[in-house]
Amino acid sequence: MRILALIAAALAMAGTAQAADPPASIYHLDAELTNQAGEPVGLDLYRGHPVVITMFYASCPAACPLLIDTIRAVERSLDPKVASGLRVLMVSVDPERDNPAALTALAKTRRIDLSRWTLATADEATVRKIAAMLSIQYRKLPDGEFNHSSVLTVLSRDGEIRRQSSLLGRVDPEIAAALTQ
Amino acid sequence: MRRFASIAACVALAAAQASLAVDLPGGRFKSVLPPAPGIKEVAVAPFQLDRLPVTNAEFARFVRQRPEWRRDRVARVFADAGYLRHWSSDAAPGAALARQPVVQVSWFAASAYCESKGQRLPTWYEWEYAAAASETQRDGRNDPAWRERIIAWYSRPADAALPEVGATPANAYGVQDLHGLVWEWIEDLGAMMVSSDNREQGDPDIMKFCGSGALTMEEKENYATLMRIAMLSSMQASYTSGSMGFRCAADGPRPPAGVRK
Repeated sequence: MRILALIAAALAMAGTAQAADPPASIYHLDAELTNQAGEPVGLDLYRGHPVVITMFYASCPAACPLLIDTIRAVERSLDPKVASGLRVLMVSVDPERDNPAALTALAKTRRIDLSRWTLATADEATVRKIAAMLSIQYRKLPDGEFNHSSVLTVLSRDGEIRRQSSLLGRVDPEIAAALTQ
Repeated sequence: MRRFASIAACVALAAAQASLAVDLPGGRFKSVLPPAPGIKEVAVAPFQLDRLPVTNAEFARFVRQRPEWRRDRVARVFADAGYLRHWSSDAAPGAALARQPVVQVSWFAASAYCESKGQRLPTWYEWEYAAAASETQRDGRNDPAWRERIIAWYSRPADAALPEVGATPANAYGVQDLHGLVWEWIEDLGAMMVSSDNREQGDPDIMKFCGSGALTMEEKENYATLMRIAMLSSMQASYTSGSMGFRCAADGPRPPAGVRK
């Protein structure tokens, strides 16, 4: 009986947490991702933290390495206490090639701190929806490469878009400011 | 006896619904939006496309099943304040609108509707491929008379009441209303205007627009299609418009596993 009550309370709380999301939170999107370890994660896996979210693909020759460098530069520009609370979610637009093994390999090569960063993939329809949430444009090219707009998005703790920037290669002060708020 | 009749009615209804989607063969197709510089043709796989746009009555049935898409409950991140604002109540369009194509729906809502039917929105290339057909030809785009009739629709005042679905003649595939009724959402919104080089910096909107301008140069006689592209590329996925509706699509039959060419 007590267990039932506990379960009911837990369910009620889970319900409240969802309902409490502000109307503009991207966490309303019920998107299932797969992380670099092959585990299922939600788009809201970093709920409660300020998040930098971006989209990329692992075999991308130019812009994507620069995306990672730019996020690192943002981290370095922050007060270490703020930086340690920050989480980074990079979602691949290339579900065909970016399986967990490819994402793990990239994380290793780029020495990505997987305690605070997640590289993730999802099915095509989900990727399209996440891109739509973030106003990111991408298209697959005949040679298997992708064109995509390189956009960093700062999310609040409950998933609202605070700031977006397509500046690569150096720190956009607006992005740093949004993370310091 | 009565029961038998209702079963018969159900069977008839199922048959009618099964015929709502049309099989399109696909193939190589010259798009006004080339996939890459120097490549004009795209390969369209066999697919199914709804014969008609989704109506208000059909969308109302979906909203009754999925109340999170009611206009008084939808999360703002999925649809702007114009969502279903032409309906007489939060869950019903009112009888007068039943057979009109549903408009004032966002891309997210349209996607959710199609997914609830086991379908998806058509991709741009699928839509463009289907819409290239005139009443008599699978590719009527070189027929000046047909092109002019399409253009004439765009000069119709936008505030006039929408006609009901199914009023325009079927095209060579049996699909109706691709022209002459509403704009339609596509699945790969946001795939149309990406610059050919994502390392370019600067104002992305200006860059995108220049990109599209460059794409359009060879195909300026396809003005109606280019207007579609311009319209779609100006829409965010949560936007709604009184002239934007949708229809659903699905993958066509695939060759059985193990068959190789």
